[in-house]
Amino acid sequence: MVEAPLKKRSSALDDWCKCLLKTLDAPAGRLAQSQAVGRERLGLMPAPHRHQEDWRFCDLASLVEIEPRQIDALPQPQAPLENSDVTRLVLGVDQGPQAEDSLPPGVSFLNEVDLQQLLGQTLKLTNAEEHWPVALNQALVSQVIGLRVSGVVDRPVELVFDAGADEGVMAARLLLVLEEKASIELLQVHMSSGSNLNSVVIEAQLKRGAHLHHGLLAFGHTQAALLSHLAVEQEPASKVTLVSASHRWGVMRHEPQLTQLEGGAESELRALQLVQGDQLADTHSLVCFKGTEGSLDQLHKAVADGNGRSVFNGMVDVPREAQRTKAAQLSRSLLLSDKARIDTKPELEIVADDVKCTHGATVSRLQQEELFYLQSRGVGPAQASQLLLRAFCDDVLSSLPSAAKDWQPVERLLDEA
Amino acid sequence: MIRSEAPVLIDIRDLHARVEDQLILSGVNLTIRAGEIHALMGRNGSGKSTLSKVLAGHPAYQVTKGSVRYMGEDLLALDPEQRARIGVFLGFQYPVEIPGVSNLEFLRVSTNARRLQQGHEELDTFAFEDLVRERLGIVQMDPAFLERSVNEGFSGGEKKRNEILQMALLEPVVAILDETDSGLDIDALRIVASGVNQLANADNTTLLITHYQRLLDLIKPDYVHVMDAGRIVRSGGKDLALELEQHGYEWLDRDVANQELA
Repeated sequence: MVEAPLKKRSSALDDWCKCLLKTLDAPAGRLAQSQAVGRERLGLMPAPHRHQEDWRFCDLASLVEIEPRQIDALPQPQAPLENSDVTRLVLGVDQGPQAEDSLPPGVSFLNEVDLQQLLGQTLKLTNAEEHWPVALNQALVSQVIGLRVSGVVDRPVELVFDAGADEGVMAARLLLVLEEKASIELLQVHMSSGSNLNSVVIEAQLKRGAHLHHGLLAFGHTQAALLSHLAVEQEPASKVTLVSASHRWGVMRHEPQLTQLEGGAESELRALQLVQGDQLADTHSLVCFKGTEGSLDQLHKAVADGNGRSVFNGMVDVPREAQRTKAAQLSRSLLLSDKARIDTKPELEIVADDVKCTHGATVSRLQQEELFYLQSRGVGPAQASQLLLRAFCDDVLSSLPSAAKDWQPVERLLDEA
Repeated sequence: MIRSEAPVLIDIRDLHARVEDQLILSGVNLTIRAGEIHALMGRNGSGKSTLSKVLAGHPAYQVTKGSVRYMGEDLLALDPEQRARIGVFLGFQYPVEIPGVSNLEFLRVSTNARRLQQGHEELDTFAFEDLVRERLGIVQMDPAFLERSVNEGFSGGEKKRNEILQMALLEPVVAILDETDSGLDIDALRIVASGVNQLANADNTTLLITHYQRLLDLIKPDYVHVMDAGRIVRSGGKDLALELEQHGYEWLDRDVANQELA
């Protein structure tokens, strides 16, 4: 993804970015070189602006309200009690690598050589290193959590990041390598309770026959922002299920980008984003098929209340070499107030002629007949709306990795907790 | 069961109602006492379903004139959920499918709303499961339906049985069943009718909206009313339904016209 070249212009966000870069210590540690490259890129790159098509509905101007400094260490997270069936890794920015024995059998940390070789490889497939949120992450991040998965891992893993109420920018980066026929369930939880920017970049490489079930639970704060970029590459016969659910971020931009290297793989995307107040949530997804017989099943759901704004842009790229691709994309949005706004855009670029691709988008209010039916059975309007809202969210939330249930996603996302 | 001394449960006077700009009810009068079973017949579009929806409080219908008293209380002043909680039940002609809402959860929430109103304790999930399993017998329903979403993917007959199951759980005082017999095969019709008969007692009442005598063979009405153009134009005993079945509505039109001339 290449940013459109812009006339030399300096926005408040560019100035904020310069301030942030000035506050950083000199590049150091394992990622010194990568940091230096990222900083140089970021210094030259104009910050996203609504004149760019890709950012048309996603205004990052409010990021300048956040203090331009890096958050060094994360506080203890506000997390549910640890479940004995799940391996939890709690991550602070400057923490050293976790002890190897904290990982379940089948999962190990990537060694230095592999990290240097593999880091950034998946991002390059979609030119994402030139993408502002990724460059920002690269400029800041000093630790990568690199995990290698071999064989079937029975024990789900959860990674917990809580920026808490700290002011500044938190950057996290993750690299996953799933060996042939490896399989894992991984839940990533991001939380914030103050004025901070959470920058997340995840790369995942799935070898032949591998299976990744990844969940991203993002519980935000009205003064916080989340920029997450999730790049996945799939060899044939692999399967990835990405499920994300977010709410309450002042600004949230989520960018899952999947590349089926030779087609023949299975990709499933499920997302739910909820906005109210003046919040903005934007999902820009990209799925590229580079060979035959790949499949995609994508469902994006949004609930917009108050003055909230929800954006979905779902790009699916089916070039000539991707014959017999099967792709289904559906965007369903609920508009709960007169002032909320939904922008949804399925974008299928299909050149191959022997494919089965469908897409659809619906925007609706809660169904009056359903509400009346519930009311006619004694259920008050507030509870009836809540039941219908839960039902709307359920098919995304029920596909989260099993570890998610301890986090009570339904109650938290619908403010019932 | 007709008892002239039985308390009046519902008393409809000169009821006029419109949906959007169309007047659909133009002066309905009907008094129903405890223990009685009433059947309401009439052509499509005569206002039967509208009457049932107005009584249940559907927001699309606007009452422009008249009154409805439910056990002496002004029913029209209440919200739909309040009407349900105090004992008014509408069995829908087309029960609504609600994907994602579990039927069991829905039944429990609504049963508890009614119980609270009656001064009973709410039932927890275990106590409720016991109750619902017992009531399932009334409509011979498979417990598997409890695990599914409300009415989603149910056949026509299953939906109607689910309505009667709700009636069995809510134990309404006034049950209005809007074409509960439509879309039912013979066996399902028998089961539904038997459910309604089991639930009828001296303290409640049922208003059956139907087109067909076959339902009235199974649920014997004390009164039969015929609606036309938004009013009840004829009331009688169960023989009226038989006459209609034999002669059709045109017979009634002529009869009513003759009466008006006289």
